Amino acid sequence: MRGWFFSENAYHLLPDAKEYDSIRVKLPNRYYDPKIGADLYHRFIDEWQIAEEMGLEIMVNEHHQTATNLNPSGPVVMGVLARETRKARLLSLGNPIATRREPVRVAEEMAMVDVYSRGRLECGFVRGVPYEMSAGNHRPTRMMERFWEAHDLIVKAWTSHDGPFNWEGKYFHHRQVNIWPRPYQEPHPPIWITALSPSSAREVGARGYIVASFLTGFDGTRAVYDAYRGRRAELGLAPAGLDRFAYAALVYTGDTDEEGYAGARKLMWYLESNKVPPQFTSPPGYHPIANSVNAMKGSNPGIFKMFQNPTLPGLMENGLVFAGNPDSVYRQVKKMYDHVGGFGHLLMMGQAGFLDHDETVKGMEMFSREVYPRLKELSVR
Amino acid sequence: MLTVRGVVLEVVERGQGRPILWLHGEEGLDPQAPFLDLLAGAGRVTAPSHPGFGHSPESSTVDTVDDLAYLYLDLLAEQDRRDVIVIGASLGGWIAAEMAVRSTERIAGLVLVGALGIKVGDRETRDIPDIFALHPDEVVRLQYRDPARFVVDYTKKSDDELAIIARNREATALYAWEPYFHNPKLPQRLHRVTVPTLFLWGADDRFISAEYYGAAYRAAIPGSRLELVERAGHFPHLEQPEAVVERIRGFVRDRGT
Repeated sequence: MRGWFFSENAYHLLPDAKEYDSIRVKLPNRYYDPKIGADLYHRFIDEWQIAEEMGLEIMVNEHHQTATNLNPSGPVVMGVLARETRKARLLSLGNPIATRREPVRVAEEMAMVDVYSRGRLECGFVRGVPYEMSAGNHRPTRMMERFWEAHDLIVKAWTSHDGPFNWEGKYFHHRQVNIWPRPYQEPHPPIWITALSPSSAREVGARGYIVASFLTGFDGTRAVYDAYRGRRAELGLAPAGLDRFAYAALVYTGDTDEEGYAGARKLMWYLESNKVPPQFTSPPGYHPIANSVNAMKGSNPGIFKMFQNPTLPGLMENGLVFAGNPDSVYRQVKKMYDHVGGFGHLLMMGQAGFLDHDETVKGMEMFSREVYPRLKELSVR
Repeated sequence: MLTVRGVVLEVVERGQGRPILWLHGEEGLDPQAPFLDLLAGAGRVTAPSHPGFGHSPESSTVDTVDDLAYLYLDLLAEQDRRDVIVIGASLGGWIAAEMAVRSTERIAGLVLVGALGIKVGDRETRDIPDIFALHPDEVVRLQYRDPARFVVDYTKKSDDELAIIARNREATALYAWEPYFHNPKLPQRLHRVTVPTLFLWGADDRFISAEYYGAAYRAAIPGSRLELVERAGHFPHLEQPEAVVERIRGFVRDRGT
């Protein structure tokens, strides 16, 4: 198993939540102090560098118009990391290609990062969370059709080396596609795709990409992985190796359970501060109709369950947080691993909210020294 | 169900006489609504649910108001309807206007009820409140004169009714997301509407006002007139169905037989 250190680069110095009704989309940026923001940016780059020194891989993501994530451009951060690191794999998870207007630009940016880093790019494609719809004026309907067309165009741009090709699709038009640079890795960087539901996992399985599931807990994750494996079996494709499966959770390892829980409680800022009204969590067309019906009846769809009054014991019990002393963290990860049929990548949100630099480094260090060696040995029984 | 050039539509047909095409808006089509029965007293009503609304399936080839305008012109042609009164509310009013700028061959008159479809202000003026960025309760407050009557109690709805609410919202986003509830080219084409046109506007429309938006729309269609419906917001056919149908009856009467 590979461990990936991941931070959303949040801006945590916010007013009392009573003063605003949404941390996303509409929170005025007067609450953001660019001088503090600059310090934070440099601190988070430092932490990714420390992760590399500890033998961990690096994961970056992007979100828009939100205090929870100050990386509105994943490729910019990836550019910095490509130069500031030497050996870690660099995962962007990812490029929101169902909403970006120019897939060819995404192909160019990612090819650049791949060349800069001498072939260390792992390229994620995501649909974009519901909150991005108003933030980017993106129509939430028929997004997957757009997503796959963007994907097809990007892969073709990466793998075409004989001059311009033509693309006049339903969503994208380019009559002369011929990107410079081309990717460093052949035929192209590994592709990761986020899937939180079985239906999206099937498509990823058919194509054999790495499927990443975020905070989906025991049964949600198993459903995603089963759908991936099931679709491959239906198509008569070779069974997928463990390296095709990734799971993202909040992770904090301390010397003692108490220290681990204390760190995890600080990470929970990410869930607790996610105050978002329904028009942004459920833009029309984003969720399947059946999920919308359930939401109207009072049960929140999929990923929003975790935001409802989270408690540390509840989150740990459901496999959204792995925390405690090294033995505890190992046992918790192993339990998830066994429940879902194994996975090859643990994506660890290891910094959030008020977890300061020293605490962040401590959690990373404890994990990489005391837990990671054991996780690397895991195989499916 | 009716199929128009491969597109399947749930259609309510009711009444006798002058053909009327009713084009619903974001609120969708409720076959039980008193309005439809009242309207059937004014003529032979054909009321489709647009693809993706109600029980009409989505269509992979229909994803713009432009497509809807051609779809309903094709419907009138396939059914060989003539001298049709086309009536649309809100989003449906936009569809009706787009039909009329393309062809009035089969249209005898147009009634636009709180119609959307144009942009009046400059690029930094949000003419139409962003329903996708407002709390659902606030949207109801803006769209109805008497919001309390129109707050939906989800616990009293069947799964099918809830699915229709979700489908109507989704289809609205499909057709109206961007440009938001308007076609930038429509104003320069509205001079082509040469049939008699009546605008009906809720006197208490807090969503888009008659004085600002309705007046600009009316000015773009030569010879059209605008009448207010008292004690109604953005969907006067839901809040004052009798009054709206009374105006429509008068309009139909004036068109002869």
